Amino acid sequence: MRLHTYVTGPGLRRSAVAAAALGFMLASCELIFPAAPADDAVLDGPVAGLTPEQHAQFLRGDVAFNDEVFTSRTGLGPVFVAASCGSCHAGDGKGHPSTTLTRFGQVDSTGNLFLARGGPQLQHRALPGFQPEQLPAGVAHSRFTPPANTGLGFLDAVPDQTLLALADPQDADGDGISGRPNWIQAPGYVTERPVTRTRGGRHLGRFGKKAAAYDLLHQTATAYNQDMGIVSSYEARDAHSGQLADPEVSNQTVLDVVAYLKLLKTPVQREPRHPDVLAGQQLFLRIGCGKCHTPELTTGASPVAALAHQTVRPYTDLLLHDMGPGLNDGYTEGTAAPAEWRTPALWGLGLSPNSQGGSYFLLHDGRARSFEEAIRQHGGEGQASRQQFEGLSAEQQRQLVRFLQSL
Amino acid sequence: MKHLFALLLLAGALPAAAQIDPVLLRRVPRDTSRLQLNMDAVYNRPFAQPGRLPVALGGYVEANYQYAATDGVSEGHQFQMRRLTLFISSSIAQRIKFLTEIEFEDGTKEISLEFASVDFEFSPLLNVRGGVVMNPIGAFNQNHDGPKWEFVDRPVAATQLLPATWSNVGAGLYGKKFGETWVVAYEAYLTNGFDDQIISNAENRTFLPASKRNPDRFEESFNGVPLLTTKAALRHRRVGEVGLSYMGGIYNKFEDDGLRLDSRRGVQVWALDLATTVPGSRTAVTGEWAWVRVNIPEAYSPQYGRHQAGGFVDVVQPVLRGTQLGFAKAVLNAALRLEYVDWNRDRFAETGGRIGEEALCVVPAVSWRPTAQTVIRLNYRRQWDRDFLGNPPARTAAVQLGFSSYF
Repeated sequence: MRLHTYVTGPGLRRSAVAAAALGFMLASCELIFPAAPADDAVLDGPVAGLTPEQHAQFLRGDVAFNDEVFTSRTGLGPVFVAASCGSCHAGDGKGHPSTTLTRFGQVDSTGNLFLARGGPQLQHRALPGFQPEQLPAGVAHSRFTPPANTGLGFLDAVPDQTLLALADPQDADGDGISGRPNWIQAPGYVTERPVTRTRGGRHLGRFGKKAAAYDLLHQTATAYNQDMGIVSSYEARDAHSGQLADPEVSNQTVLDVVAYLKLLKTPVQREPRHPDVLAGQQLFLRIGCGKCHTPELTTGASPVAALAHQTVRPYTDLLLHDMGPGLNDGYTEGTAAPAEWRTPALWGLGLSPNSQGGSYFLLHDGRARSFEEAIRQHGGEGQASRQQFEGLSAEQQRQLVRFLQSL
Repeated sequence: MKHLFALLLLAGALPAAAQIDPVLLRRVPRDTSRLQLNMDAVYNRPFAQPGRLPVALGGYVEANYQYAATDGVSEGHQFQMRRLTLFISSSIAQRIKFLTEIEFEDGTKEISLEFASVDFEFSPLLNVRGGVVMNPIGAFNQNHDGPKWEFVDRPVAATQLLPATWSNVGAGLYGKKFGETWVVAYEAYLTNGFDDQIISNAENRTFLPASKRNPDRFEESFNGVPLLTTKAALRHRRVGEVGLSYMGGIYNKFEDDGLRLDSRRGVQVWALDLATTVPGSRTAVTGEWAWVRVNIPEAYSPQYGRHQAGGFVDVVQPVLRGTQLGFAKAVLNAALRLEYVDWNRDRFAETGGRIGEEALCVVPAVSWRPTAQTVIRLNYRRQWDRDFLGNPPARTAAVQLGFSSYF
């Protein structure tokens, strides 16, 4: 070591200080490199217990979902809503008003009368040189805020019979809650669940605001087609021209995205033992919120071992409920009535501002800017719970909201 | 074993020494008689001239080690060959000269002709340049050689907002007027320009560098409309340099085969660059700020911003000068770079809220220059990237150690 030959006095001291600083930096990696956010602070990440093969497919789907941006050269549009999956589901969370979909043209179970005029979804953006779709004058329509993606594989794995057991279409128990399934025409490309239930050739829908999608492949292929104008072999007609077109995304990519959605973890509740959270949870159940927002569901058999026979807490029954005239936009899908909405899962709700630009945009179209506002807009089957919420003390309301924020 | 190793080294060195004849290879002296501007950077480089050949050669190489992590996730240890650049210049006649710069980036992943121009000097105030020119937007685009900078990464604003290194085929004029303590200069070029990839790209944002992916741009203008780039700069011997530049043109193909496809859509860029050295402390301050405005179709995705802005400021403080580790004129610098880019300064039509899509970086650095032409750099990069919706930023940190040297 001949360092002293060249550097002496102050120079040597400075070098020593610099070397010490470097050593300190390298030894303090936690300070130098940002740590991963806590598991309960983010919605993305895979289900625990996946195989290496499932991890690899999850990663491929993650890239396709979050990183792949379509352009005019890769098939975007020519009319569309967004250019990528991730545009609408930042961090796999709920969407923002800027990516809200407009659906239109169906007012009852007889079907959509505006399919020839661009229905059921408005593609309000267009490539340069093209005109975006315009909403036909006076047509019934509704705006749908993109939902969070987390835990979808578990919801997909809940057996039909479990949901049918929760249904009470005639309100036989007289509690004012009469959840019922949306019986839909499932596309031919879906694979039926091991024990699927049908009615008049229709299948039980469970995804989407109106439960009009049978499974995650149905939801994904439709989103590629109607949100981004991307034709696949599953949804082979161009959303703009209505003509059959060459696929613009491979089956493998679609299936990877489906796998990604299926394998996303369930949100982790924050501070579940906090006294306010526990008190809020009791109040949530006491005033009847849990009758639609069913706390627990148990999955059935699944080709993915990590999803099979698991009890999860999504706070949904995946059924349709009449939410009253205030939330009736006059538009519907499948056999749902316009005032009926599928109970949205509440898990992950407290992390919504992290994907909605720092604010809450709640209910189906983001019209409610707080939990209190969302609860106060519940009507129909939710009216009794809303009234009970309004009857709670300010402290009790705060506790209930605190519970919702913890989800 | 030690002797064998020494013999091998000697055996390798002998033929190498035989190839380098210092008489045959002489350094081309730099022009230090006059004030140099950023626009002179292309010729203000070390060249070596073999014998009496009218051709001079030069180049630089830079490589580094990097460890980076974003929110706790790292790709691990990376060794990166950033670029190898070769210069060839020739004095064709007394006032006609040629220079070319060929760059190999990331190994051979990207090979580009960054500069290949013939200059005709009619007077100091009137020079004509034609060929592949570097558009004089900002200062970094023309003055980008790695060995001149204390940072491993090029500025985000220069490469991800502005498209450095941005070269195009074209021609134009430049000239200078010298005073006793100052020089004023101008440049004006008409070149091929951008294409529609700036609003249709995998980044899902207005992204001027996307046009560099067009392999035809050195052979064919995308729309037949020249891009105008102009710059005026003033340098005072004691105060420093200020430059003001503009670049504007049409980026879309508005007609083809005589048929109208779209309206003409423009892109305009303004940039302000500053460079000074604080007397006494010899603190060098270099900065650049750019504003971008792009005409984007009303119905297009709001992810593609109509207004952008960003820039950087570098502060470099020599802390130790003199003989260090056997190098007579070595300099040890402490440096800091601050950079900020906002790729979308628009507002959401739906909420009126501010759109995100921005990055903030802080890069403290230590650099050591054993000679003026070689720099060894240790950087620590801290970066915050906020998405389109303005959600909590992704946090990235990186430690980089590398070198850059002219040869």
